[in-house]
Amino acid sequence: MIETIIEVIVAVLIGLGAFLSLVATFGVIRLPDIYTRNHAISKSTTLGIMLILIGTFLYFWLIDHHFNSRLLIAVFFIFVTSPVSGHLIARAAYHSGVKLWEKSKHDDIKEHKSSAEEM
Amino acid sequence: MKNNDVILQVTTKVIVFIIVLFSIYIFFAGHYTPGGGFIGGLMTSGAIVLLLLTYDIKTVAEMLPLDYKLVAAAGLFIAAATSTGALLFDLPFLTHGYWEIWLPILGETGLHTAVFFDTGVYLVVVGVTLTIIQTIGVSE
Repeated sequence: MIETIIEVIVAVLIGLGAFLSLVATFGVIRLPDIYTRNHAISKSTTLGIMLILIGTFLYFWLIDHHFNSRLLIAVFFIFVTSPVSGHLIARAAYHSGVKLWEKSKHDDIKEHKSSAEEM
Repeated sequence: MKNNDVILQVTTKVIVFIIVLFSIYIFFAGHYTPGGGFIGGLMTSGAIVLLLLTYDIKTVAEMLPLDYKLVAAAGLFIAAATSTGALLFDLPFLTHGYWEIWLPILGETGLHTAVFFDTGVYLVVVGVTLTIIQTIGVSE
């Protein structure tokens, strides 16, 4: 009985993680410019992969009775590094002059840069 | 253009310790689980490459004042010495042994000489990888 409950929880976690990764992929295909794509991929896949890894960890821990601490380290590692890589990609894109979507209204960095140059 | 790498630098400070710890774990776990000297060495050099990406080559040389060619040479020496050490006991080349030895903190510990050979592999991999990367990095 308890094993069935655990397996259902693990299945929900892994299914949700896979679904979030799929949603992120659709975001990359459908969104208009690099910043919105980056927004979709860096957040959704981080959470998706973390959910998949937590599900795997729970399965090995509660069904196989094997506490795999490497999976916990991997969850922490992805949680720390993946948003930072998204930040670096977006920053590199902005500084190498990738244009925003033509319907975007507001560019804070541009205003900040021009006001800093005037001073 | 002004550079402002605060986020990358702070993340690197946290992450490098995890990578080095994991590479040491992989190195020591190599006898019973997947891993060993080669992967551990590559992962350690990966951590140092992350430092090289974040800081410049001089800062990393100040952090880790090592000549990586000497590291590779030391690794080759350790591997060769472990292999030829078997000849002293009138055994064939590359015969490995197993002892229970007493260590100050750990007490009775099983020691297999294959660990020394793996240490040699580890040092050679770290030395060769970082020599290649630093040589490519400084040439203009």
